[in-house]
Amino acid sequence: MSHRFPPLVVIVLSAVALAACGSSEIRPEEGPPLDANGQPIVQPVTIDGPQTGLEIDPDSLAGRAPRERVIYFDYDQSALRPEFLDIVARHGRYLAQNPDGRVRLEGHTDERGSREYNIALGESRAETVSRMLQLQGVGGDQVRTISYGEELPVDEAHNSEAWAKNRRVNVIYETSAALN
Amino acid sequence: MIAVSLVASPARAVIEIEITQGGDNAIPIAIVPFGGNGPDDTPADIAGIVSADLQRSGNFAPLNRQDLVATPVSGDRPRFANWRLTGADFLLIGAVRSDGNGFAVEFQLYDVVQQSLMIGYRFPVTDQTFRSVAHRIADEVYEEILGVPGAFNTQIAFVSVEGRTGDRTYRLELADADGEGAREMLKSPTPILSPSWAPDGVRIAYVSFEDRTRSAIYIQDRERGVREKVVSREGINGAPSFSPDGQRLALTLSEQGSPDIHVLDIASGRLTRVTDNAAIDTEAVWLDDETIVFTSDRSGGPQIYEVPVRGGRARRVTFDGKYNASPTVSPDGSTIAFVHGVDGRFQIASIDRASGVFRTLTQGTLDESPTFSPNGQMILYATEKNGRGTLGAVSLDGNVVQSLTLDDGSFREPAWSPYAE
Repeated sequence: MSHRFPPLVVIVLSAVALAACGSSEIRPEEGPPLDANGQPIVQPVTIDGPQTGLEIDPDSLAGRAPRERVIYFDYDQSALRPEFLDIVARHGRYLAQNPDGRVRLEGHTDERGSREYNIALGESRAETVSRMLQLQGVGGDQVRTISYGEELPVDEAHNSEAWAKNRRVNVIYETSAALN
Repeated sequence: MIAVSLVASPARAVIEIEITQGGDNAIPIAIVPFGGNGPDDTPADIAGIVSADLQRSGNFAPLNRQDLVATPVSGDRPRFANWRLTGADFLLIGAVRSDGNGFAVEFQLYDVVQQSLMIGYRFPVTDQTFRSVAHRIADEVYEEILGVPGAFNTQIAFVSVEGRTGDRTYRLELADADGEGAREMLKSPTPILSPSWAPDGVRIAYVSFEDRTRSAIYIQDRERGVREKVVSREGINGAPSFSPDGQRLALTLSEQGSPDIHVLDIASGRLTRVTDNAAIDTEAVWLDDETIVFTSDRSGGPQIYEVPVRGGRARRVTFDGKYNASPTVSPDGSTIAFVHGVDGRFQIASIDRASGVFRTLTQGTLDESPTFSPNGQMILYATEKNGRGTLGAVSLDGNVVQSLTLDDGSFREPAWSPYAE
C-alpha cells in the first residue's frame, strides 16, 4: 500500500501535528560508519590453510617413538589414570634416551561447561603428562604444552562415549627433529 | 510460537530467529506500515523491522497488520476512538519523505489512551541506512514507553564452525542484533575463541590457534581489517576482556605455572599479574576499572570471585552448586550471569550482587558463554539444538526466550556489542 502526498501538504501536516506537542526534532545521523549494505564496516581477514600434518618418516625419531600416543582422562580431572602410567613412562624413557626428540602435548576436554575453563583444564592435563615425562629425566626443553580445551573433539556426538574419547592428551612428536 | 525468518546478506545464508516463549505482560502496540514518497524501491519495510524488534524484546505485542483499523501516515491525526477498539495502548505511524536532495524517515508515537503525541522525530536516510534507522526508531519507542534505552541498533559477534574433524573452518562473524547481515571478520582453519568487544565497538580481542604450537591473543580493528598479536606466551593465552576505559586487556596466562589473571596495558605492552594461585584462575571480566570478576577452582570446583585489579584478597561470589564459571557482568554492574552446572546439565544463571539472590534463567543442558545486551535487559548465550550449536536469548527475569539458528554450521560464543560511541 502506498501513500503519496504533494510535498507541501506533507510539510504543513507534519508541522501542525508536531508543533502541537513541540517535538519536531530532527535527529542527526549517529552510530558507526556504514558500508554499501548499510552495515557497520567490516574488513575480513583470512588465515590460509588447511595445514594438515606432514607424513612421518618411519625411520625418524618421531616415526620410531612409542605407538600409543593418546592418554585419556576422567571428567573434570587432570590426574593420570593408573592404566596410562606405563604409556607415559615409555615416552619418558624414549625421550630421555633421545635428547633431540621434541614432543608437543596437546590437552583436550569434552564439550561440557565453559570454554575457557576447559582451556585451563586441558592445559592442566598436558602439564600432568609433562611433569611425568620430566620426572623420567626428559629435559624441559624437549616438552611443550598447548591446550585446545573443547575446541577439537575427535567425536562430535553429545554423549558420554564421545566425551570419554575427547578428554585426552595427544603426544605429538615434532617431525623436524633429526634421528640420533 | 512465532517464527520470524530473516534473509541475511550474501555473506551468509539464513539466520532464523524463533521466539519460543513470549512475555506475559507484553504491551499492545499498533504499528502502521510507513507511507510517504520514498524511493520507488524502499529497501526495507521499516514498520516491519520496528515491529519485529519490539516483539523480540518480549515487552511488546504488535498488532497483526490485518487488525489495523486504518492506515494513517506521519502527519495524519489518528482517530483515537477507533484505535482504542483494537486494544492497542500505543500507535506508531510514519512516512518516508523526499528531503531536498535525499530522503528522511519521520514518525510519531501516540498514546492511544491519553490521545496524545508522545514523540515525533525525523531521521535523514539513504538506501544504505534504512535498516539502521528502523532499529533506531524501535530504540526510541522502546525507551519512550519503558524508560530504558533500546539495544536494537547494535551488533553481535560470534564464532561459527563448519566441517568435521580434520577439516573445519572457523569464522569470527558479526551480525546485526536482529540476526540480519552476518558477515565474516576472520576466517581460519584453526580454532577462534573468546571474542571480546572494546568499548569503542570497533576493536575486538580474541584467541587464535593459527600458530599451531602456541595460542595467541589478537586485537582486530573490524573497520580497517588490521590486527595485532598482543600476547603469545608459553602455555595458555586466553580469555581476553577489555577494561571499561578500553586501555587494558585482562587475560589468562599460565607461563609461570598455573593459569592466573593478568592485565595487559595495550599501549605499552606491559603485563601485570593480578592473581597468584596454584589453582585455575581464568575468565576475567571487568566489574569496573578497579575490579575484576573471574572463575577459580581454588575451593575445589569452579566458582565466581571478585578481586581488585591491583591484586589483593579475592571475594567468592557464588555458593550455589559445584560448578559456576564464565561470568559476565551487566552494564550497570548489579548482576553477574554465568554458566551453572548441576546434575550434568549446564545452564545460564544469575546472581544479584547486592542481595546475593541466585536464579537459574535457562533450561538447556549445554548452555554457555552468556553476554548481556548493552541495555542490560537480555542475555544472549550459546546453546545446543538438534546436535548443533545455536544462540539463545533470555530476558533477565527468565520470561522471554528466543533462539537464533544458522542454516548450516554451528554458532558459538556470542558477544553483544556495546553501544556505538
